[in-house]
This record gives sequence, structure tokens and C-alpha cells, in this order.
Amino acid sequence: MMLYDAGKIIAGLVIFAAFFTVPFWYGGGKTSEMPKLELTAQARQAGQCVEPKERMRQDHMQLLDDWRDAAVRDGNRTYTSSTGKSYTVSLQNTCMDCHSNKDKFCDRCHGYMGVSQLYCWDCHLDPTEEKTVWASTDGNS
Amino acid sequence: MGFDRREFIKIAGISALAGLGSRAAFELLQPGELEATSASYAANQGALNAKRWAMVIDMQKCLPQEGCKDCMHRCHRLHNVPDFGNAKDEIKWIWKEAFAHAFPEQESEYLAERLHHEPFVVLCNHCANPPCVRVCPTKATFKRKQDGIVTMDMHRCIGCRFCMAACPYGSRSFNWRDPRGRNAQGEPFLEEINREYPTRNKGVVEKCNFCVERLAQGKNPACVEACRHGALVFGDLADDHSEVREILREHYTIRRKPELGTDPSVFYIV
Amino acid sequence: MLEKALRGNRGYWMWIALLMGIIGVGFLFYLQQLRDGLTITGMGRDVSWGFYVAQFTYLVGVAASAVMLVMPYYLHDYKKFGKIVILGEFLAVSAVSMCVLFIFVDLGQPFRVMNVVLHPTLNSVMFWDMIVLSGYFVLNIIIGWATLGAERKGVQPADWVKPLIYLSIPWAVSIHTVTAFLYAGLPGRHLWLTAILAARFLASAFASGPALLIILCLIVRRVTRFDPGKEAIQTLAKIVTYAMITNVFFLLLEFFTAFYSGIPGHKHSLQYLFFGLDGYGKLVPFMWTFVFLAAVGIALLLVPKWRRQENLLAVAAVAVVVSTWIDKGMGLVVGGFIPNPFEQVVEYGPTGPELSITLGVWAIGFLILTILYKVAVGVKEETAA
Ligand code: HEC
Ligand code: HEC
Ligand code: HEC
Repeated sequence: MMLYDAGKIIAGLVIFAAFFTVPFWYGGGKTSEMPKLELTAQARQAGQCVEPKERMRQDHMQLLDDWRDAAVRDGNRTYTSSTGKSYTVSLQNTCMDCHSNKDKFCDRCHGYMGVSQLYCWDCHLDPTEEKTVWASTDGNS
Repeated sequence: MGFDRREFIKIAGISALAGLGSRAAFELLQPGELEATSASYAANQGALNAKRWAMVIDMQKCLPQEGCKDCMHRCHRLHNVPDFGNAKDEIKWIWKEAFAHAFPEQESEYLAERLHHEPFVVLCNHCANPPCVRVCPTKATFKRKQDGIVTMDMHRCIGCRFCMAACPYGSRSFNWRDPRGRNAQGEPFLEEINREYPTRNKGVVEKCNFCVERLAQGKNPACVEACRHGALVFGDLADDHSEVREILREHYTIRRKPELGTDPSVFYIV
Repeated sequence: MLEKALRGNRGYWMWIALLMGIIGVGFLFYLQQLRDGLTITGMGRDVSWGFYVAQFTYLVGVAASAVMLVMPYYLHDYKKFGKIVILGEFLAVSAVSMCVLFIFVDLGQPFRVMNVVLHPTLNSVMFWDMIVLSGYFVLNIIIGWATLGAERKGVQPADWVKPLIYLSIPWAVSIHTVTAFLYAGLPGRHLWLTAILAARFLASAFASGPALLIILCLIVRRVTRFDPGKEAIQTLAKIVTYAMITNVFFLLLEFFTAFYSGIPGHKHSLQYLFFGLDGYGKLVPFMWTFVFLAAVGIALLLVPKWRRQENLLAVAAVAVVVSTWIDKGMGLVVGGFIPNPFEQVVEYGPTGPELSITLGVWAIGFLILTILYKVAVGVKEETAA
């Protein structure tokens, strides 16, 4: 195929590239400054997460996927971590028990990383929210 | 493009974090490379197990307790089942249905006169041969291999409602609207929340799960526990010595629409 | 070739604008549905599929009916269909698009639709339906485009097109068979639990699709310089005649089995639809409209003198399209849910938003159809000139 529209294509690519990287321009100044994540007293006392911090940071989404399949589909609700500790497999009752300050922990990092609002909280109860908060927006009323 | 924008941001962001740049990025690009998993999953210790869970509902004990709804209230509260206040959108896990409706093929003007309008407790039958499982296009509804419970993976449900068409017992409910919403008067559909169990969101189907989450904790289903009259008996159908088998040996019991070949696991003493 | 759709007279653009308007309104209501949930429809726990799935079922038939042109032309070398076979294929494309959209708007979690592919479930008829429908869509668009392109250049279609065409014949039958299996394998839904459901679907499809095509041919002739051919239209009319008679015959078989056996479950839905049950009879007038229109359609089609008058033929075609729509769309889908598993009657009627979304999807279908037909007719006019 002839590139008789090369000019247009290049312009298109430039626009595309610009669009693609908008979040960097947009959030440019922030890259170096990660908001501080707070640990609850309970978490601090535990001293460690279900897996080593590095692993959690990188793989917690995968871990949660595995957890929900394990609990819901296989009925396996005890997780023995690589550190040898056992945990109940539950987002609401385990993760969020320690990280009950979701807004100052999960949300802070997600906000910084540009992870969109998790749909998990449509169903799983957010420990920082009272039910009156989410009950306010029903389309029909 | 090999990875999308989010992936890119994730990698860039994580690299920037706490200066562990190269290592984190390396792991993200080559997942599993540095992984050292000795982690494992297992069933809870002390969980209740069976080959095939089943329930016997003794209506001779239930019927005299007119107006009692203990089992229903307990179940619906523990599972955050909303009350939309209208029949069209209604969500039910366990409820009452007149005998003539629960057992339409038994309908007879004379024989069952005594029972005709009597309210029977109905719930998902946890069929051994469940049509809902057969039709589900995503395996969101499935039968547990270990104990025969027919349950749902809400995360997978696409809300096509094929299972509702397939279920001959009307045991499935769809979230036509957001259970966390409020009615026109501003009252929430969920009066009380059990914070240990999720709600659902609009657009997924749900049903009785024989309390898999409680069995895992070594507890009987909520309805069974709530019944003060011993009308609900729960046990292993595959175990000769279980209480349900004992009862089935002694009593004449019926099941709903057995002629459809679904092989229900809920039995009724009438 | 697509550029042909970008040139048109005032009427063409007004028609496009009208469709866009309807689509826009439908889209707004769809946004409302996304926000508030499917509660804005008339569906509920008892009648859990309604207008959307009814349209879907009907349109699968329209799509399958393209085979009624493809088979005579390619298998039996019936030359008269040469000019219009492309119209049938493009009608199929537009119909399948609408099918997919109707399923989509019916989903509670539309954004998870890819789960069907991510977790393929061979025992679910829905999975197979998705496979056959998307396959059929691709087949028809490729065949249509390739044959039209060849026609424009004045050459025979490439060799690889022929096998695809032959493949499309059993494939067309499969889409409607599988769609019937969605219903016919469900225990406890007596109206659907019948071995001849797939046969009924096909009969009704081969009546409604060609009837719709007759109407489209007559419109095309009026608004363009392309003439689909009197004889081709007459042949279509004969196909409609016998398919419609078969369709009605099959329905009568259902009545016989239900009422002669006297089994209550088998009777109830039919009673509800045609006579009313327990004092409920919202659909009764519609079902009798179906009976009336089916009778009118068959009468007009059966008498050669009437059939040959294209005005009367148009009336007959409309009668067939509308009556099969009532029967197979609304009647079959809604009737299957009534009475409910508790032998109670809970009625259903679509709501305003539901109707608007439905119209919006139809408008998208007609937009696709218009564009494809514009291209096809443009090529025909060009080669004729
Ligand atoms: C026993 C309490 C406890 C539980 C349960 C727990 N965490 Fe943690 N989590 C911690 C602690 C303490 C840290 C900080 C570890 C450190 O600094 O070494 C942490 C760190 C993390 C981090 C990394 C934060 C960072 O600074 O990069 C993530 C992500 C995380 N947890 C997610 C989860 C998820 C998801 C779950 C459920 C699967 C979970 N946690 C369960 C206590 C817990
Ligand atoms: C150190 C930063 C950090 C912390 C703390 C953190 N997350 Fe994440 N989370 C991420 C990143 C980065 C992603 C990647 C999104 C992606 O894969 O696109 C993510 C993704 C997820 C996802 C998958 C989202 C999706 O759309 O697939 C879930 C679920 C999740 N996080 C849950 C949690 C929960 C629950 C907590 C708190 C207990 C938490 N995260 C804390 C950084 C973090
Ligand atoms: C449609 C509602 C819904 C959504 C949305 C949802 N869940 Fe769940 N989830 C459930 C239900 C219901 C259970 C079953 C609870 C049980 O059996 O204990 C569950 C169970 C789980 C479990 C295992 C058991 C437990 O108590 O946590 C995990 C882990 C989980 N979900 C993670 C997630 C994550 C991560 C997300 C978002 C990416 C998510 N879920 C979104 C409804 C939902």
C-alpha cells in the first residue's frame, strides 16, 4: 500500500501518542511524590501483610482474583501464605479488617496510580462507608 | 500495542515507587519470574462437609407456627437481601408459597383440601441435575463438586437471566435495581446490613446458596439455625446414618416437580 | 464501495437523520437503564425476558431466511434471484446486528459480556448461539461484499467465495435451530418444551424474512432505479405462502397435543395467550390479531390473481411480517413465562423506556440496512448503466 497520506498518518500518530501519554503530562509533577499510605493500628501490630510487602504491592490484584476463585468456586477458605501464616480467604473480613482505613490506604495508592474506582465496592462493604453514604443515589428517587 | 495505558502507568508508577524501579518493572514484565510461591489454599478446618447436602422440611412442625418467618428473616438479613417492596423486583432466597402453588401438579380439589392454601416454605432445591447450571453461559452458576450445592459466582454473572428461565421452581431472583438504593420515600431497601457478607449490585442474579459461607465456618445454614421448631433438618443425603436419611426412612416425603428430572435435594413432610 | 453511502438525495439524508434521531432517543433511555437497572422495563421476577428477547428471537429468523435466496440461486441455479440475493444477505447482516444488540441491551452486566468467551461453557446453548450468530454475521458480510465487489468489476466472484456460500446454507439453519434450543430444552416451561419448536421457528422465519424482503424490494424499486424483478418477487411470494401455511400448521399441532391430551401444563400458556387465564388476558387481542393477519396474509398469497397484484402482495407481506412478529416474538417469549412456575399469572407489558430502546435498536438495524442497500443498489445501477 502506498503511503500517499503519510502526512496525515504521521499527524495522527502524533495526536495518538500525545493522547496516550496525557496522564503523564497531566499528572506530571506528581510522579515523584507518592502519597503516604497509612497503616491501621491493627496492621502495624501485625507487622506484615499476608505476603511480603513487595509481592503485595505488585500482585495483590492477582491474589484477590485467586482468593475469590478459591473461596467462591473451590470452597477453599484457608490461605496459608508463603510466610507460613494462615488467613481466612476474604476481602471484606481479612484484607479490610487490617486495612480498615481503605481511604487512606487502598484508595490513596489507587488514586495516585490512576486505577479507576474498583467495582468491588458495589457489593463488598467498604469499611470506611456507612450505609447511609451509598444509599443516597438511587436513580428513581 | 503490547500493553495498554493502564498497564503502562502501573509499571511507570511502581517503578517510581520507593526507588525499586528496575526490579518491580522487571517482575511486571515477566510475571512469575521472581515468584516463589509456597502459598496454598485449603478448606477451613472445622468446616461442615457432606457428599450431598440436603434438607428436609417438616411441614407438620412448620404449619402450626402460623405467621412465623424466623427462617426467612434470618436468611435475608444475613445475606443482605433487600426488600424492594414490590412483587416485580422482589428478591427471595427462602419464602412461603401456598401448597397448591408450590406443588401445582399435586393440585386436587378434594385430596389436599386441608393443605390447599397452607403456606409451604420454599427455597432453591439444590438439584442434583440443575437446569440453571446447564444453561449458564459463563459458569457463574455451578454445582460444587464436593457437596452438590448449587451456588453462584456473582463476579462472573452477566445478567442474561437464562437461569431464571430454566429454573422450574422460581428460585432465582435478579437484581432489577440497585439493592443499595432507596425507595421514593427515601427508605433504604436494606434495613440492616450484615457487614461480613457482600451485598449485590444491580444486574446480577442471586439465589439461596445453602449458606456455603457458614458451612465453611462449621455452622448450619441460617434458616436451619433460626428455626426454633426443628422443622428444618439439614444433612448429608449420601450418608446412610445422617439425620436426613433417618427421617426419609421413617416418613413419607415429597419433592417439588420431581417429574422434571431435576432430582431436588429438598424434601417435604406433609 | 462504501463511498456510495455518502452520496444521496434529500430524501435519503432525511431518512438517515430520522433514524439517527430515533437512535439518539433510544440511546438516552439506554443510559437511563444503565443507571437505574432493568427495573425501568416491564420485566420482573416472573416474566424475566420480555420485549428485547422477543425481538431477538424474531430477528434471528429474519437473518436465517437469507438462505431462501441463497439456496435457489446457488444450489439450484435459479437465475432470477441473481439480482436480489445480495439484498437477502445484507438483510441478514442487519438482522444479526440487531440480534446482538438486543441481547446486549437485555444484559444486567453488559460490560461483562466477554465472560461468555473467557469462560466458554459448552453445555450452555447461549454460548453456541453466540458462536453461530457471530459466524453467520461474518459469513454474510464477507460473501455479500465479495460478490458485490466482483459484480462491480464485471467478473465472477473469487473462487474462495463459493465454499463460504455453501457453508452459509446449513449455517443459516443452525442459527435458528440453536436459537430454538435456547427455549426448547428448559424443563418446566411447557410452551417451549416441544420438539417442533425449531421447526416452527424455521417455518416462521422462512415466512417472515422473505415477506420483509418483498416489502424492501418494492421500496427499493420505488426509490431507486434498480428493479429487483417482478418474477423474483413473485417467487419470494410463493416461498412466503408455503412457509406461512407450514407455520400455522405447526401451531395447530401444538394446539392439538395440548388440548387433546388435556395435560394442564401444556394447555395453560396457550389458554393464556389466546383465551385468557384466571381472568388475565392482556395478550389475547394481540394473538387474535395474529390469527386474523395470518389468515388475511395466507388468503391473499394463496390466490394467484391476488398475489400477482403487487399492491395486494404488499398488504399480504405486511400482514405476514406483523403476524409472525406477534406470534414468535411477543407471544412465544412472554407466553412461555405465563403462568409462572407457581402456576400463577403475572402479566407483562413493555414500558416506555423499553419501547424507546427497542425502537433505537431497530433504527440502528435499519441504518445498517440502508447503508448496505445503498451500496448494493449503487453498484447495481452503475453496472446496469
Ligand atoms: C494482618 C493484617 C493484614 C492483612 C490481613 C492484610 N494486610 Fe496488607 N498490609 C499489612 C501490613 C502491616 C502492610 C505493610 C507491610 C510492610 O510495610 O512491610 C501491608 C501492606 C499491603 C500492601 C502494600 C502497601 C505498600 O506500601 O506498598 C498492599 C497492596 C496490601 N497490604 C494489600 C492487602 C490485601 C489486598 C489484603 C487481603 C488479601 C491484605 N493487604 C491483607 C497488613 C495486612
Ligand atoms: C501500593 C499501591 C497500592 C495499594 C496500597 C493498593 N493497590 Fe490495588 N492496585 C494497585 C495497582 C497499581 C493496581 C493495578 C491496576 C491494573 O492492573 O490495571 C491495583 C489494582 C487493584 C485491583 C484490580 C483492579 C482491576 O480493575 O482489575 C484490586 C481489586 C485492588 N487493586 C484492590 C486493592 C485493595 C483492596 C487494596 C487495599 C487493601 C489495594 N488494592 C491497595 C496499587 C495498589
Ligand atoms: C456482584 C457483587 C460483587 C462484586 C461486584 C464483587 N464481589 Fe466479590 N463476592 C461477592 C459475593 C456474593 C461473594 C461470596 C461471599 C461468600 O461466599 O462469602 C464474594 C466473594 C468474594 C471473595 C471471597 C470471599 C470473601 O468473603 O471475600 C473475594 C476475595 C472477592 N469476592 C473479591 C472481589 C473483588 C476483588 C472484587 C472486585 C474486583 C469483587 N469481589 C467484586 C459479590 C461481589
